[in-house]
Amino acid sequence: MRFMMLMIPKGYETAKPGEMPDAKAVEAMMKYNESLQKAGVLLALDGLHPPSMGARVSFEGGKPRVTDGPFAEAKEVLGGYWMIQVKSRDEAIEWAKRCPGSPNEVIEIRQVQEMSDFPEDVKKAAAGFEALQAKSGQRTGS
Amino acid sequence: MAVTATDTHRAIEAVWRIESARLIASLARIMRDVGRAEELAQDALVAALEQWPVSGVPDNPAAWLMATAKHRAIDQLRRRALHARKEEDLTREIEEQLEAAAPASVDDAEQEIGDDLLRLVFTACHPVLATDARVALTLRLLGGLTTAEIARAFLVTEPTIAQRIVRAKRALADARVPFEVPRGEELALRLASVLEVIYLIFNEGYAATAGDDWMRPGLCEDALRLGRMLAELAPGEPEVYGLVALMEIQASRSAARVGLSGEPILLLDQNRARWDQLLIRRGLSALARAEALDGAGGPYALQAAIAACHARARTADETDWPRIVGYYDRLARLAPSPVVELNRAVAVSMAFGPATGLALADALTSEPALAGYHHLSAVRGDLLFKLERLTEARAEFERAAALTRNTRERDLLLERASRCRPA
Repeated sequence: MRFMMLMIPKGYETAKPGEMPDAKAVEAMMKYNESLQKAGVLLALDGLHPPSMGARVSFEGGKPRVTDGPFAEAKEVLGGYWMIQVKSRDEAIEWAKRCPGSPNEVIEIRQVQEMSDFPEDVKKAAAGFEALQAKSGQRTGS
Repeated sequence: MAVTATDTHRAIEAVWRIESARLIASLARIMRDVGRAEELAQDALVAALEQWPVSGVPDNPAAWLMATAKHRAIDQLRRRALHARKEEDLTREIEEQLEAAAPASVDDAEQEIGDDLLRLVFTACHPVLATDARVALTLRLLGGLTTAEIARAFLVTEPTIAQRIVRAKRALADARVPFEVPRGEELALRLASVLEVIYLIFNEGYAATAGDDWMRPGLCEDALRLGRMLAELAPGEPEVYGLVALMEIQASRSAARVGLSGEPILLLDQNRARWDQLLIRRGLSALARAEALDGAGGPYALQAAIAACHARARTADETDWPRIVGYYDRLARLAPSPVVELNRAVAVSMAFGPATGLALADALTSEPALAGYHHLSAVRGDLLFKLERLTEARAEFERAAALTRNTRERDLLLERASRCRPA
């Protein structure tokens, strides 16, 4: 199963455009990332520029509306994420605990939805089921 | 190990999953015996299960397990030595062990554990062991799976796997298999054995040879984790990247190759929007690593290159079949096998028409290694179907259905047989 470890650094909601973590923190984080990689559990990771460089698109009233960052109402924002593949939620938690996080940082762990988690109607919608059914078994190879 | 569902026990299980291979590898270097190393690691796990629910999970659970296990290892060595040897030998040996147990820095320690892990990989996949023993031992020692989990994955009983592991550990001890990474010419052969074991695990998950499920994704994930780990341990070996690339790209199709009721969906019928682009990207970059290491011509890299051709095609019709035929030609020269020839026949039929492909497939019917191989009948059935030789096609699909041990696959084949009626 896959989990996202979402890094939420307190204070990042007001960070200036281009603000970067300091070299020491990056170095510690690189070691950590390496340990995930070495264990074969890391699928992807990225750090995100501060929200002051981003934008939000909302759909209130059924119409898209764009707001440039920073976002006054946001109490928590993402600073980055890791995508890992592990055996259990507990293993994801154990990996998160090993992160050299700063006192202002929180990691939220969220399981990635798999097709098998969905009810039948959602599965059908996702699979383009009818079209597939019609073609199924006409060809070979695997 | 029976673990109840309390939070601490679940945390211990998670720590075990992450740490057991490193633990066993380090202990194996001290003990020079993989079996004893595994027992000591288990002892440390039992100690954690007894103590942590009372004392709480330590801040650094990995270090706790390692310290506990090493302490016991040195204790055992001391007792063993007391029986057999003079005091000065004993002192020297223990000093050596302690030295081995205490590297100079954290980075050195990491490097050392990496070396030990690689030794453990080669030991668990040693050719002195039968294939099923290598598979079980690898999942147990390196994958951190319990006996029960391995048994479930391979649809056999727990005592069967437990026995297999006990025998394997004994066989390693009897053969005095050294705890080391092979060198020189031996390395290539032994590495091939390691890769074979990992790919076998993957394939059993990807296309279960028996049972009611077409796939067992847990095993694919275990194999991928082992492969990715191995690529970190042996970064100079192109075929490791070739295998990782092959597995990543094949795994990218997992969601698309099973239908709503669990039936298999074949490659060209899959909804490519459901292929996992993250895994495809990972696979393509692993393949690029293999190629950068001059490994484009290795058997796993070639298979990965074929998988990559499919991954790059946005629709089935865009598949570059002549290029795939080219890869199969090279694969057939490098590692000739009837199964490769059969796959080549399929690619040829797609590139140059079903009649050409069928001629190649027909030539394989007298191949003893393929007697009873259901894919041969399935391929012939498909090609005969395309040539509108429906009676023969039907007979081939029915033969294939009778030969497969996977019920999902059997249903698909029988369904195809039932459609072989003149329009």
